[in-house]
Amino acid sequence: MLSRRIIPCLDVRDGKLTKGIKFKGNVDIGDPVEMASFYYEEGADELVFYDITASSEKRDIMIETVRRVAEKIFIPFSVGGGIRSVEDMRLVLLAGAEKVSINSAAIRDPGLIERGAEAFGSQAIVLGMDVKQVSPSPKIPSGYEMVIDGGRTPARIDALAWAKEGERLGAGEICLNSIDADGTKEGYELNLTRLIASHVRIPVIASGGAGRAEHLFQVLTRGLADAALIASVTHFGLLSIRELKSYLHDKGIKVRMNW
Amino acid sequence: MIAIIDYQAGNLTSVQRALAFLGHDSVITHDPARVLAAERVIFPGVGAAGKAMFDLRRLGMDRALLASYDAGKPILGICLGTQIILERSEENDTPCIGLIKGEVRRFPENLTEDEGRRLKVPHMGWNGIQLKQDHVLFRGIDPDSEFYFVHAYYPSPSRAETVLGKTHYGFSFASVLFSRNLVAVQFHPEKSGRPGLKFLSNFCFWEGKEHA
Repeated sequence: MLSRRIIPCLDVRDGKLTKGIKFKGNVDIGDPVEMASFYYEEGADELVFYDITASSEKRDIMIETVRRVAEKIFIPFSVGGGIRSVEDMRLVLLAGAEKVSINSAAIRDPGLIERGAEAFGSQAIVLGMDVKQVSPSPKIPSGYEMVIDGGRTPARIDALAWAKEGERLGAGEICLNSIDADGTKEGYELNLTRLIASHVRIPVIASGGAGRAEHLFQVLTRGLADAALIASVTHFGLLSIRELKSYLHDKGIKVRMNW
Repeated sequence: MIAIIDYQAGNLTSVQRALAFLGHDSVITHDPARVLAAERVIFPGVGAAGKAMFDLRRLGMDRALLASYDAGKPILGICLGTQIILERSEENDTPCIGLIKGEVRRFPENLTEDEGRRLKVPHMGWNGIQLKQDHVLFRGIDPDSEFYFVHAYYPSPSRAETVLGKTHYGFSFASVLFSRNLVAVQFHPEKSGRPGLKFLSNFCFWEGKEHA
């Protein structure tokens, strides 16, 4: 039986690890390669790197980081942030990432999902979604709107419609981040996660809001998520991955306990 | 030397990187002569069956693979490499190599897990393997270990004696196949952490015998 995945997310800026609170006031907390090795040994099922530098002149730093990570860890990892073309995807995948995650670039150019899936297979293309709750309107009937540029700009696109469109265009997975919950440590946005996860046939990784083990349990059960993204909860040593997994295991969730 | 067959089907560097980590040299090649000269062969691949078979035939790799099998060389199939070792795939309705009898099918829609939860396609993530018998390639690996899978099609061999291991995803499918000097796995050992590396390491020392 398939295990639910626990996936630490490492935000990287200028080759260093950060963790933003609501995307503001980021502080450096370490070397991404070291942190990746640590999580690999600790039992992470997968890793996500999010390059928040996103300025083209510093792309080479990220590619070099990806290469160094790939030499040391042998679990899948994805890289997102600043990927705008099939050529960007190729560089990251050749450097050793299993998947690339595209977010704002996919909203500006939905064909990018299709071209990426055609070139590398759907399994390599993760659709990153930053979502904010709004009042339902004819334009945003689900009451969840896509936002871009790290959460700053409303995209005037309904999140549910976009998730379905992303699946149709060939995304192999969705990484669903609630801007409202991100950094609060008060739990995932369960209604949003459940809404999206029940309307697509591809796996959904829930993101934003994890502060306690119980939050992961909620999103994997009520939220119907296939995987849970975590950051602060383990980055600052609050809980270890083994503690999180033991908690879930004891509550009857199938997770990988042996690594 | 280990030859990793290159038929332009996805990223093969991760297999090579894992081998390098284990201290084994390998060459990624689309030259059948190098496959024939290699001590052992890894047949990986990510992508679609139709294009993969087209490229294999164009490069003459299908014949190199059959010749390597007949010569008793240790061969490891991974993911798509495993699927196209069977006779036929539903993906693009493709006739395949046929080293193992049977076909490759797509996971049905509306697949559910035992407790009723709807399952996604592709089957993506970590899952266990129930081995039917001991095999050298799984020596030293805890039976509770899990491996990383990502696939929408699954092997359905017609003869039970070619099934070495099974995995449960809504139903039980053959995730590890074998025939003499060939072992073919649906999971990605190069992305399966410590148990995956142990499996690859075992392959690098395997002499190609079923019972050794």
